Amino acid sequence: MTLLSILGVLSSAIFSGTSLLYTTLGEVIDERAGIVNLGLEGVLLVSASSGFAVTAISGNPYLGILMSMLAGGLMNMLLGYLAITRKANQLASGLALMFFGFGLSALIGKPYVAVKIHSLSRFLLPGMASLPLKYSSLFKFDVLIYLVIPVAVLVWWLLYRTRWGLSVRAVGENADTAFASGRNPRLIRYQALFVGGMLAGLGAAHLSIAYTMNWTENMTAGRGFIAVALVIFSKWDPLRAIVGALVFSGAVAFQLLLQSSGVQVSSFLLDTIPYILTLIVLIAWGGNRRHSAPAMLGRVYQGSE
Amino acid sequence: MSKITERLTRFPLFGQKTVRTGMRYLLMILFAFLMFGVILLIAGIDPLKSYEDIFSSTLGSAYGFSEVVVSMIPMLITALAVALPFRVGLINIGGEGQLFIGAAFATFGALTFPNLPAWLLLPLMALLGMLGGALWAFIPGYLKSIGLVNETITSLLLNSVAPKIVGFLILGFWHSPRDTVRTPNFVDAARLPTFFGTRVHLGLVLGLVLLVIFWFVLKYTRWGLEMGAIGSNPQAAKRNGIPLAKYLVIVMCLGGAIAGLAGMVQVSGFYGTLFPNFSMSLGFMGFMICWLAGGDPLGIVLMAFVVSVIYSGGNLLQLTRGLPYAVINILLAFTLFIVLARPNFFKGKRS
Repeated sequence: MTLLSILGVLSSAIFSGTSLLYTTLGEVIDERAGIVNLGLEGVLLVSASSGFAVTAISGNPYLGILMSMLAGGLMNMLLGYLAITRKANQLASGLALMFFGFGLSALIGKPYVAVKIHSLSRFLLPGMASLPLKYSSLFKFDVLIYLVIPVAVLVWWLLYRTRWGLSVRAVGENADTAFASGRNPRLIRYQALFVGGMLAGLGAAHLSIAYTMNWTENMTAGRGFIAVALVIFSKWDPLRAIVGALVFSGAVAFQLLLQSSGVQVSSFLLDTIPYILTLIVLIAWGGNRRHSAPAMLGRVYQGSE
Repeated sequence: MSKITERLTRFPLFGQKTVRTGMRYLLMILFAFLMFGVILLIAGIDPLKSYEDIFSSTLGSAYGFSEVVVSMIPMLITALAVALPFRVGLINIGGEGQLFIGAAFATFGALTFPNLPAWLLLPLMALLGMLGGALWAFIPGYLKSIGLVNETITSLLLNSVAPKIVGFLILGFWHSPRDTVRTPNFVDAARLPTFFGTRVHLGLVLGLVLLVIFWFVLKYTRWGLEMGAIGSNPQAAKRNGIPLAKYLVIVMCLGGAIAGLAGMVQVSGFYGTLFPNFSMSLGFMGFMICWLAGGDPLGIVLMAFVVSVIYSGGNLLQLTRGLPYAVINILLAFTLFIVLARPNFFKGKRS
């Protein structure tokens, strides 16, 4: 195993981890407001396909990213209508959204299968210019990668240091109390869903426009569910989500490393590690109140008219 | 319309409420078809011709109808796997994982004992499948019963683990000599018998019998009563001497066993082999169907039928209209959206 292969694996882990982290941050905001978005997989697919289509048509990847964010936000509005306004069950609504995403993305993406696009330009990590080309090419990242950690910090700041963030968390803990203190739980939930959807859209945009640079049906391959697990793993905290995304993509990288060094370990079994880790972490916290989910998570706000 | 309603209500099987509910659902589904028609128009496809295709291919011929019934079978069973735990207030969203493990256990039986006669091998596979599903559901059930972790979260996590274990088993041990991504075809003794030269198999009878048992247990036995009590107020049920923790674990395991049986039915009755993504979201589909039907056995049959018509029709849409197969999910989703949203527009007059 050479240094080059190790660096190569790390580089690809950063690429795959980025979209995961954006998506997870989006789901953190949704769930902080008390809404579980099980349809994340569908949201990602629609965002990835529509963003890719716009990039292919306009030749401008930044327009594509904007489209992805918009699509993510709008998909979440659909969930909002069902789960907030119509008071439908969140899990069932989320799954319906997932099936919708499977279908809609296949329809949107169909003309763009195997189309080549102008991707985001990649910049060399500062201080790496002196390296030989075969090394330095591994340290070229696009702007979305450089922005992902600042965005995570921004989301943390938004949730814990702003009035809006307080409202979101209050609605997620106890919507009735939030209502009594003069907030509008429904509106706040809608807002949280829209912001969360835009972040998920960013993650999807990075996947299709910047990383793989193509569209294939069902290309997210379960990332939506990984993000839902990651939110739990990171205790609904945006900063811990960074660690969580590192663990997940690190596990992927580790598995690639083992394979490249010829060690025979089933990639299937290694893939289960992050989920089992999440399960163990959950059990270890037990019923500890401090670590538990937002109290209203998954519950319908009945309102007080 | 009122005349039809009147006539139907003379028969005791269809109460007035049932008829009204049925009409409402019918309207909602029609509306979903209308919305999907608009999508087809935007995609530049004649919706009327497409619907003609869908219905003539599914309901227009005996063969088409039998295919609808075939795809309905696993949905009936996975929906029941959600409906039963829901009676005691447990949300079993882990049907997908339980189905995978059940299928893996059943496959183990089929591959290990290929020389057994069918009357011995099939029950063995069914038992193994149920055992696998039950084990997979035991984890969330137990963790919930001791008040540690919510069963929704755990069963959801385990959904992502189970397919990977199945992939590992196939790739590592069970794959056929020629093909690394699936097991060898099962021997005939490991296949559920089919009826009348169609692909409809014994799984249909299993599913329907299970639904009837479910209905009977709920309505006429002490267990059904106690489960209802737990579902509506677990703490009160506990104070009345109902063993709460025991019920939670057992009912969750039973739900898992049923989902595992669905896995067995699918590999033994339908495919005759096991491959990594054999499920096609059947577990999640069961969850949706159960939710749409409100956990009601008859409703489960009806909703599973509607979903199956939509899915079977999707095949033809792909063949004749050049659309990706996945597009049919939009029609399914519209149906789900409308039923979930229950717009006031569709509500009949309250009696």
